[in-house]
Amino acid sequence: MAKTIEEINEKIKSGDVVVLNAEEIIEYADKKGVKKTAAEVDVVTTATFGPMCSSGAFLNFGHSDPPIRMEKVWLNDVPAYAGIAAVDCYIGATELSETEGIKYGGANVIEDLINGKPVKLKAISHGTDCYPRREIETFITIDTVNQAYLFNPRNVYQNYAAATNSSNRTIYTYMGKLLPNFGNATFSSAGQLSPLLNDPYYRTIGIGTRIFIGGAQGFVAWMGTQHNPSRERLANGTPAGPCGTLALIGNLKDMNTRFIRACSFRNYGVSMFMGIGVPIPVLDEEMVEFLKVTDEDIYTEVFDYSVQRRNRPSYGRVNYKQLRSGSIKIGKRDVQSGCISSYARALEIANLLKEQILKGKFTLTASVSPLPLEQEYRGLEILSQEEL
Amino acid sequence: MIKRKLVLSFPEKTVTKPIIYKLVKEFDLEFNILRAEITPDMEGKMLIELKGDKQRIDNAVIYLSENNVTVQEAAKDIIVDRDICIDCGACTSICITRALTLDKKTFKLDFDKDRCILCELCIDSCPVSAIKVNM
Repeated sequence: MAKTIEEINEKIKSGDVVVLNAEEIIEYADKKGVKKTAAEVDVVTTATFGPMCSSGAFLNFGHSDPPIRMEKVWLNDVPAYAGIAAVDCYIGATELSETEGIKYGGANVIEDLINGKPVKLKAISHGTDCYPRREIETFITIDTVNQAYLFNPRNVYQNYAAATNSSNRTIYTYMGKLLPNFGNATFSSAGQLSPLLNDPYYRTIGIGTRIFIGGAQGFVAWMGTQHNPSRERLANGTPAGPCGTLALIGNLKDMNTRFIRACSFRNYGVSMFMGIGVPIPVLDEEMVEFLKVTDEDIYTEVFDYSVQRRNRPSYGRVNYKQLRSGSIKIGKRDVQSGCISSYARALEIANLLKEQILKGKFTLTASVSPLPLEQEYRGLEILSQEEL
Repeated sequence: MIKRKLVLSFPEKTVTKPIIYKLVKEFDLEFNILRAEITPDMEGKMLIELKGDKQRIDNAVIYLSENNVTVQEAAKDIIVDRDICIDCGACTSICITRALTLDKKTFKLDFDKDRCILCELCIDSCPVSAIKVNM
């Protein structure tokens, strides 16, 4: 018997809702069967906590007296994009400090703001009749600014590649430190806990879906950049590589640095660990089939990150159970594998979201509009105007 | 019989002497050199595990000190700051002795100091700078 989101929300309000996390549903469905599970369980919570470079925050500082139309903005010496209205800016997670370099970046500014620390704001302008001030230097905190909200163009990748290094030198990548001669392999996905791997065809996750983001409640705003749903999928619906993505929005003022953290990968740069949780309504048996997916059923491909090309050579597919065991086979070699996203913290988020739903503090939303299931994925070619 | 893991620093003048040989010959100790390197300024550094009678190890340490070898206990040298660590596991794939692993049940980071050979590969692999070396 199918359920609706309205019915599930009624159960949340009356306190009768049954919620499991995406790990618990596996055993539950295995014991009780798909039909019974669909009838008994209302919501499954999914989550991920990993580095997501395509993140950043919009800030509106409020107007100074006399006012300024900020043309260039720095926050703790990290440039923010100010080519929008007078006192709006966008601070990107990966932007580096002009004085500290790779040690401090946009993600650190965002983290400092959430932690309530004072941040130095500097801005310059050419001055106009309506905005006469030409420069400003002052300190702000998350409480003094009008608005501060995260708007992340690409988060929650539906699966991601695994990385290794066939060359004879250590390489430093966004997939972490890769030792020479297949010294290790890294990967970055919450696997069986991951939101889009539990709803592979975006039946419930869509534009407008309410989510947990960095400790706050936020929303899916759009498909993420590089959303590539047309990738080859396995029989269980999961793609064997990077596929769908989400653009997310949430109020920075409600966030908590346990669930959003600045990070720095050596010789690569600054990024941000984002903690995201997505509740998935158990609408029917088909949803249970998707939700009971295990690490063993989800595959990704191991790529050679020492090859500095858009298309790197692949060493074949491997599943997340193998990856998480700490050792995978690449050809005849045993290669040590490690995750660069935190499964422990993802599980914590899934459990926290479960608790919030059980307490009636988090209700589900139907999506306003679905995410596309077909979307072209284009590369960038270097062309003259005539060749276009 | 006890085991002790020590970091030995050999000054330039000592590098050419057969000091480790004496540990076997004179003090009857079993040793395992876990790491050894000579830095460009000709200082030698060695991580060594000594196994044997406690008194003999103590005597060997005195012998080393008398020969200008600086001796430090190795066990406390790598520190994982649990307040900063996010249990991602980035350090686990590069830890060749598997001193750093994720717990199979909780997926939280475990650090088995006995397995650590102080190679320090983990230090700059940590995206949140939670691993520090305390030399």
